[in-house]
Amino acid sequence: MRLRLVKQGTNFDFFSRWKLWFGISAFLMALSFVSFFLQGLNYGIDFRGGTTIRTESAQPVDVGLYRDAIGVLGLGDVTISEVFDPTFGPEQNVAMVRIQAQEGEEAVSTAVIQQVEAALGEVVPDIQFVSVESVGPKVSGELIQTAAIAVVLAIGAVLIYIWLRFEWQFALGAVAALVHDVILTIGIFSELQIKFDLAIIAALLTIVGYSLNDTVVVFDRVRENLIKYKKKDLKEVLNISINETLSRTFMTSATTLLALIALFVLGGDVIRGFVFAMIWGVIVGTYSSIFVASAILLWLGVKRDWSKPTDTTGNQFSNVDA
Amino acid sequence: MLQIDLWKRLLIWTTVAVGLILAMPNTFYPRVEQHNDAVAAMELQGETPELLEQAAGWPSFLPSGLVNLGLDLRGGAHLLAEVQVDDVYAARLEALWPEVRDILRPERATIGTIRLQPSAADELRVRISQPENMARALELVRRLAQPVVSLTGALSNDLEVSADGSDIVVRLSEAEQIATDERTMLQSLEIIRRRIDEVGTREPTIQRQGSERILIQVPGIGSAAELKEIIGTTAQLTFQPVIGRGTDQNASPGVGNEILPSLDEGGIFYTLEQAPVVTGEELVDAQPAFDQNGRPAVNFRFNPTGARKFGDYTAANIGNPFAIVLDDEVISAPTIQSHIPGGSGIITGNFSVEESTQLAVLLRAGALPAGLEFLEERTIGPELGQDSIEAGRIATIIAFVAVLVFMGLSYGLFGIFANVALIVNIGLIFGLLSLIGATLTLPGIAGIVLTVGMAVDANVLIFERIREELKTAKGPARAIELGYEKALSAILDANITTFITAVILFVMGSGPVRGFAITLGLGILTSVFTAIFVTRLLIIMWFERRRPKTIEV
Repeated sequence: MRLRLVKQGTNFDFFSRWKLWFGISAFLMALSFVSFFLQGLNYGIDFRGGTTIRTESAQPVDVGLYRDAIGVLGLGDVTISEVFDPTFGPEQNVAMVRIQAQEGEEAVSTAVIQQVEAALGEVVPDIQFVSVESVGPKVSGELIQTAAIAVVLAIGAVLIYIWLRFEWQFALGAVAALVHDVILTIGIFSELQIKFDLAIIAALLTIVGYSLNDTVVVFDRVRENLIKYKKKDLKEVLNISINETLSRTFMTSATTLLALIALFVLGGDVIRGFVFAMIWGVIVGTYSSIFVASAILLWLGVKRDWSKPTDTTGNQFSNVDA
Repeated sequence: MLQIDLWKRLLIWTTVAVGLILAMPNTFYPRVEQHNDAVAAMELQGETPELLEQAAGWPSFLPSGLVNLGLDLRGGAHLLAEVQVDDVYAARLEALWPEVRDILRPERATIGTIRLQPSAADELRVRISQPENMARALELVRRLAQPVVSLTGALSNDLEVSADGSDIVVRLSEAEQIATDERTMLQSLEIIRRRIDEVGTREPTIQRQGSERILIQVPGIGSAAELKEIIGTTAQLTFQPVIGRGTDQNASPGVGNEILPSLDEGGIFYTLEQAPVVTGEELVDAQPAFDQNGRPAVNFRFNPTGARKFGDYTAANIGNPFAIVLDDEVISAPTIQSHIPGGSGIITGNFSVEESTQLAVLLRAGALPAGLEFLEERTIGPELGQDSIEAGRIATIIAFVAVLVFMGLSYGLFGIFANVALIVNIGLIFGLLSLIGATLTLPGIAGIVLTVGMAVDANVLIFERIREELKTAKGPARAIELGYEKALSAILDANITTFITAVILFVMGSGPVRGFAITLGLGILTSVFTAIFVTRLLIIMWFERRRPKTIEV
């Protein structure tokens, strides 16, 4: 007996309500924009500059006590939060202290860090500073710029690749799905105020890669079926293709999610945000390759005359029509 | 139909075997690390029984390459410093004033009095009281200019001299500024490297980033503040009279003398007077140049007090060698050719252009040539790194087992084949990481976990395709063949696009993000290899032996 996530020979109609799905996606994207502009992202120090200190002590974290100890130093905006994680031992109480970049200081000031460490050491004698990270405003500005360029470059490169391998309609569909995924991911980070740092950019690009992986597999089948079923209309061909690849789509999403969930639960709090972004990305990416990428393909229409001999349908990689 | 040539089979198995052998040292991490450290230590200090014993912990005929652990896993300090290259312009121009004064002084009859004016840091302003003879003054000052020497050859002069009303304005030319910046960076890198090496930590990273930045990563150090202190301490540069040269390290040097080793010549020791003639604190500049015969040499210049001491000493000791000593090692011991009055001199020797450049760098290596501004600093405690490794290891194992079970349940025997390929895949990733000496970071572990999840994708594509083909094709052999053939284009397209993003991440990213890009990219390569070649070979071997009439995927 085999485990089947999707029973064989499904025949769902994915496009009977494609306008509704479009509407939902558009609504969620709009929501992401609103959240992004109203709340903004909770940028980590990588992008905003400042200092984070991770403390660890045997005695429980008292955020108020920490705040009072640091408050007298007059360092401006200081955020203190306790960190919980199932991987921590019973004597392991962890807090994150975040201090804004100091006015008029380009470089990172060791004095400020020492002041804070001394102040905290006074109220919590056994406190340890397991990590201290500071980023100056100059670098953080550049980092955010590089990150944005990286995302745009990745999307651009993908656009060109798919255009060369398929047709421009496919490329547009795939890129629309990518943009959709990236916007929704930024949206959920803004809405839930999860810390947005350099690692999240890596996650974003991975989402781009994953979403694309999914889209390309569907498109590859669409291309094959367009040649196979010359008489059927595009909507039917798209439906057949998605149904045929549905089992694979779910299998891959399932194995990837299994691995990511293991990492999310057990991987420690340091990379939890990063893993969360990827889990979200896998879900959104799977959705978008069907309901965004393929729907756009349906909307734009494709050229039906694939003037290639049909006997090589299975192995198109050998005839790149660049 | 279902066939793979023997040589292809051998090639596939060899690749797998080599990959796994390269990965193997990582399963004995502490032991191999100790072996590697001991071997490195013996190269430097010679053999001791203790080191030999440590080295024997891992047989030397086995590969000993390890995956480096990133700062976030091992703990340590990270600094990003920006070198204030402009500092050097001001110092250079300041030191130029006495020379300008000396060259103008004999002409006071025509140009009048000479007075230094306050000016911006990047220029030197000298006012003369008879500006009508400015042309003559400019001509004289221009004589101070020297061709800029760079490794690419002499291109232009180092000074730009112009007139502004009754002021002579001296600036560093653009070519000289570029050359100066480059020198400042090289010197800074060299000094930082020397100082960190002295502390003797394992595998520090000291890298130039962009034109003016230096990235410093030192594993195992307590904090970034500590690292800053190490970088901040001044190394000692001195010029000392030479008494003798020999090979005996333990000879008696005599009262007031010391014996110091030579930097380049192994086994050579110099006996020197302990009191230096001049110290590096009095050196304002050192640059590569050429002597009268066109041979590479190094020009240097002292400040006024240094110049006086140096002048007096050289006048009294023509024909004697004197030693240039940096951090208790003799860099070189040239012979004094003539009295050197102006505080600037030239060191000649059997240099190549590279060597003279290097010596100039070393000469200035006493003090950091320019200030450092720290733009980024991170300290990661070793406990946090250890926790992360532990968490990452558990998560990877659980993810791995979950995927193995899931694949087994979904595809039966074929799932087992895919699982073997997955295990090989992880081995290959670690093998490649060890081979290229890549650094594993926490996001890098995430990349591996993600690969575990996604690596099966290629096999899923193939197996799903075989299922489909089974419905229509003539027999299992044909179905398997068609499955591989038709899934190929989707597999390649899907993986190439992901690979593109991994490459962009690698190029644009830094630090941990780059670590993620490496494992993701390598994971794609190995997973395509294992899916297309390894599982196929396994399936064909099974098929050849059993010849089943029907198969279930």
